[in-house]
Amino acid sequence: MNNEWPLWEVFIRGQHGLSHRHVGSLHAPDAETAIRNARDVYTRRNEGVSIWVVEARHIAATAPGDKGPLFEPSESKVYRHPTFYDIPEEVGHM
Amino acid sequence: MAGKVDQDALFEFLLRMGDNTLILGHRVSEWCGHAPVLEEDIALANTALDLIGQTQMWLGLAGEVEGKGRSADDLAFLRDAWDFRNVLLCELPNGDFGQTLMRQFLFDAWAVVMLGHLMRSSEPRVAEIAAKASKEAAYHVERSGGTVVGLGDGTEESHGRMQEALDYLWSYAGELFESDAVDQAMAAAGIAPDPAGLRGEYDALVGRVLGEATLSIPEGAYVHKGGRDGRMHTEHLGHLLTSMQWLQRAYPGAEW
Repeated sequence: MNNEWPLWEVFIRGQHGLSHRHVGSLHAPDAETAIRNARDVYTRRNEGVSIWVVEARHIAATAPGDKGPLFEPSESKVYRHPTFYDIPEEVGHM
Repeated sequence: MAGKVDQDALFEFLLRMGDNTLILGHRVSEWCGHAPVLEEDIALANTALDLIGQTQMWLGLAGEVEGKGRSADDLAFLRDAWDFRNVLLCELPNGDFGQTLMRQFLFDAWAVVMLGHLMRSSEPRVAEIAAKASKEAAYHVERSGGTVVGLGDGTEESHGRMQEALDYLWSYAGELFESDAVDQAMAAAGIAPDPAGLRGEYDALVGRVLGEATLSIPEGAYVHKGGRDGRMHTEHLGHLLTSMQWLQRAYPGAEW
């Protein structure tokens, strides 16, 4: 029997308008407790206005070994970056 | 209106509020570094710090009302056991994690009800402290209540320990609702509610959570008391003060 509580990933939104960011993980027996634990572990210094938790096993992720086929092809496609445009002075900072 | 109230009684009332949070806060801080899991360790330390923060406000105001120049620190570290006015529940030893959380829940439930009333106090400084503290208390009772339900309605082992904790602690909860001349004076001045009148709200909240936790409130009406009027503390308070106060006693006025 596994006596460990499941692992939860914690996402905190720092300010209204920003997106939630992954801040870390913790253990908890259920979602409500995970949120309370996240509040106590990750928002002690006024970091948050919103908390998301998700059980780590529900996150589907890319495998480190696939990074060649997944990511390397885009390395050589500089034309996908909008760096070949002349920006008129009047536009100012973009 | 508040100016007319007997200042000695107001001082006594503020000591009761501040000593409850001071002594319980110190007790909870004893878990720091020892809790069963990291998440609970941090949560307990947060709770302890909230309670110590509330203590600074209550005892700070007590010192002001007393008018003898004593600060919150003076009141916390330089009084002896017989001068403390916390209920006995707060000074009882931590026991196991379940007993600590049950004690916390029985206190938090009272605090959230009491502070709700104090937010409407005729004494603005009391209302202000209550407004700040009640947000913390609302979180504390959510957390301790949730844990009481989780452990009460948990395994056979955790259920048994929570029932044992409740059987031990229940007769100490009644002191929170004792009422004497100080309370009458506060109630008459509109500063604080008569504690006896809070029992209904408390029983509803506690009954709901303990029911969900599948725990039974013990029968019998016996109430351990003597803390809030300083008549008779338990032997545990002296031991707690020895460790809490030793630094100021050994090195008077030490700061860092």
